[in-house]
Amino acid sequence: MTGNTSTQRMPSYLEYQGKYTGIRAWILSTDHKRIALLYLYSQLFFFLAGLVMGLFMKLELIAPGRQIMGPATYNALFTVHGLTMIFLFIIPGLAASFGNFMIPIMIGAKDVAFPKLNLFSWYLFVFGAVIVLLGIFTGDGPPDTGWTFYAPYSLKTNTNVVLTVFGAFVLGFSSILTGLNFIVTIHRMRAPGMGFFRMPLFIWSLYGTAWIQLLATPVVGITFLMVVADRVLHIGFFDPAQGGDPVLYQHLFWIYSHPAVYIMILPAMGAITEIITTFSHRTVFGYKAIAMSSLAIAFVGYLVWGHHMFTSGMSETARLVFSFLTFLVAIPSAIKVFNWTATMYKGSISLEPPFWWAMAFIFIFMIGGLTGLVLGSVSTDVHVHDTMFVVAHFHYIVFGGAGIAFFAALHYWYPKMFGKMYNKKVANRALLLLFIGFNVLYMPMFFLGFMGMPRRYYDYLPQFANLNLLSTIGSWILATALIIIIVNLLRAKKGTPEEMDDPWGGRTLEWKIQSPPSLENFEEIPVIDHEPYELIEK
Amino acid sequence: MEQNHVAHTDHFDPVASKLGMWLFIFTEILLFGGLFIVYSVYRFKHPVEFHLAAEELNVTIGLINTIILLISSMTVAMSITALQLGNKKLTMILLAVTLVLALVFLVNKYFEWGAKIHHDIYPGSEFLMSLSKGDMLFFGLYFFMTGLHAIHIIVGMVLLAVVFVKVRNGSVNQGRVSLLENGGLYWHLVDLIWIFLFPLFYLIH
Amino acid sequence: MSEHKNHISSYKSQVIVLLSLIVLTVLTVTITSVHLGPFNTAAAMLIASVKATIVLLYFMHLKFDEKIYRFMVALVLAIYVVVIIITFFDNLYRP
Ligand code: HEM
Ligand SMILES: [Cu+2]
Repeated sequence: MTGNTSTQRMPSYLEYQGKYTGIRAWILSTDHKRIALLYLYSQLFFFLAGLVMGLFMKLELIAPGRQIMGPATYNALFTVHGLTMIFLFIIPGLAASFGNFMIPIMIGAKDVAFPKLNLFSWYLFVFGAVIVLLGIFTGDGPPDTGWTFYAPYSLKTNTNVVLTVFGAFVLGFSSILTGLNFIVTIHRMRAPGMGFFRMPLFIWSLYGTAWIQLLATPVVGITFLMVVADRVLHIGFFDPAQGGDPVLYQHLFWIYSHPAVYIMILPAMGAITEIITTFSHRTVFGYKAIAMSSLAIAFVGYLVWGHHMFTSGMSETARLVFSFLTFLVAIPSAIKVFNWTATMYKGSISLEPPFWWAMAFIFIFMIGGLTGLVLGSVSTDVHVHDTMFVVAHFHYIVFGGAGIAFFAALHYWYPKMFGKMYNKKVANRALLLLFIGFNVLYMPMFFLGFMGMPRRYYDYLPQFANLNLLSTIGSWILATALIIIIVNLLRAKKGTPEEMDDPWGGRTLEWKIQSPPSLENFEEIPVIDHEPYELIEK
Repeated sequence: MEQNHVAHTDHFDPVASKLGMWLFIFTEILLFGGLFIVYSVYRFKHPVEFHLAAEELNVTIGLINTIILLISSMTVAMSITALQLGNKKLTMILLAVTLVLALVFLVNKYFEWGAKIHHDIYPGSEFLMSLSKGDMLFFGLYFFMTGLHAIHIIVGMVLLAVVFVKVRNGSVNQGRVSLLENGGLYWHLVDLIWIFLFPLFYLIH
Repeated sequence: MSEHKNHISSYKSQVIVLLSLIVLTVLTVTITSVHLGPFNTAAAMLIASVKATIVLLYFMHLKFDEKIYRFMVALVLAIYVVVIIITFFDNLYRP
């Protein structure tokens, strides 16, 4: 490694005084690190909003019968909860916040390729969110279609579908432009010597993600526009009364929304790879296999969308094809898990909080993945489709996978981003509490699903009462744990530069610079002369 | 949007912006791609109605518009050559010709749509609602796809107009053709989409 | 992707490209006006694809750019085609 370690400290990007002061120094900044924090804060805000909605839903489900709300409110609530969590929290996900922060640093650049476009993407994100919110609070009330907007109901309901769908369209463009920016950055901005196969694996996962963002999002974008056109102009694309085919809507929706699962989960896997490697103090096992599996997942993941439609009336042939393809994607995902395990094998593992987060991720994600196989084969799926089993499954994947990885990344890079360290003991205990709460909340839903409790109802039959009560109690444990975690992060203490610059003994570039990084990340662009994750003597 | 800091954002990488443009074109292709999927599914389901409905469209206007767009594609391509050879005046002339051709395309479209609407054929019209499902879908797709394409023409025109101004004031010049090249790429994309729209809507006989 | 030597297309080549595109357009119109049954659409699509390829290669300069652009375009189109084919596994075989 050349440079940087001995040079004097620069003012950090947090302190840096530019042309603007106050809030404008943030919302007009084109520095990728400040934009990353803008995303981080907005995402956490939406996450908490969605969390509150989830808690209300669970409260309604605490016992059979009407508790605190009627069916209409419940329908609106699960729709808005889903929309918020999906489009405002987890689709931007790790890419928009941690990706934005880390890509330039990890590849040895001073910023992304198009800094202004980067800021513009954040504005689009906020603009889209505002439109979605307007859709909730104006007109004839929040949409009650579910976040999937299935036709023909989404064409017939009186609620405010048009605005919400349009908001989602705008959010899609924000996502596309972020992906575009990242691809160009990775192609053009790598430091001298930083070949493609020397990039950290987090970058590889973001590269695959960016391609999905770029190629899948426009399909749902145009589909949402068609829904708007159907509602406003009565074209009838998806209205059976006019010859439209609602199943075709489902195809188009899932052509995006299945790959969207990989938009959420690939960066998560990338971050987990970084964490496991760092805390095992070894070079990663099977570097190329992990890198390539990211691309393989991105590619095959594009072709399996139909597993969401096994009961939609799709043809028998299509069901077989999709079922087969779905089992194929399990392969590259499994490759990653095996490589993580092999990386830890004979490593000298230090049991710091981010490592425990990564372990929680692997455990929960595996349950999510294995139950996914139940849903991926036609014969079992028809029994549990649209039951609580599905709700449990996707929370295990999306929340337990991507969501937990988000917090894992936050704990891992927190000292780097803020130059502060949280209380590790509290962090570990809170994680344990979260882990318990998570499983108490969602595990019963698997059983409820097997017993036949359908999803998206505010009420249920008496025989489901006990497990639902348990699940609701789980939601309180989980919420408590999340509050502790966030408070613990907020109360983190400033450390000395020696403690903060590289608290974990990381081997990627971000640990070679000061914490928090200076405005330009590197005073002098580094020259890379070693393989990824190789130990460099300082 | 002014820079908060200038130090590292003022470098210019033409390869990066070209790559960015291509990536953007890929999204556009898939945006229209979604519509082409819808088109092919419905045409597969209603072959006869699509066939008959297409007879309503005027092949001659379609053909003229196709040729107009092809010519405009060439003039843009030539304007790049002209700028690379340092001929600023010719660049501007060729860009102006392109813009005029685009305008003619839109005027044709306007009359074409106008005639349809005059005959009570437009999405949601009473007359269209009384026709078969295949007819409704055909004309729905026709208006939606050509409409979206027209919007892209307008966006392309704005882009090329901006480039025109920049060529005139010299910020796009022989040493820095990137913006013109990217504007050109976008314009060719608009042409590319029309190349498929034309046979799919006008030439089903 | 290295910086590449600028290839400048000549005016003459651009006129030739335009003429061939126009010839192909006229060809589609004539072919589709005779009755070939389902082959009409196939022919029209084939010619449209040839035209698109010409535009991509010459006007959009792919022929003279680095390989990676051609590779990317091919990949994107391939994914799109596969998506269409898979969609039709449903529509072709629906009872
Ligand atoms: C934090 C605690 C959370 C709780 C208590 C919770 C609870 C719920 C409940 C009760 C439902 C409705 C089930 C039904 O009746 O069908 C639901 C649906 C959903 N949740 Fe969550 N959830 C939480 C977190 C998350 C997270 C982090 C995500 C994504 C990142 C998420 C995504 C979704 C989605 C997409 C739906 C489906 C909405 C629909 O049916 O349209 N949830 N959640
Ligand atoms: Cu899926």
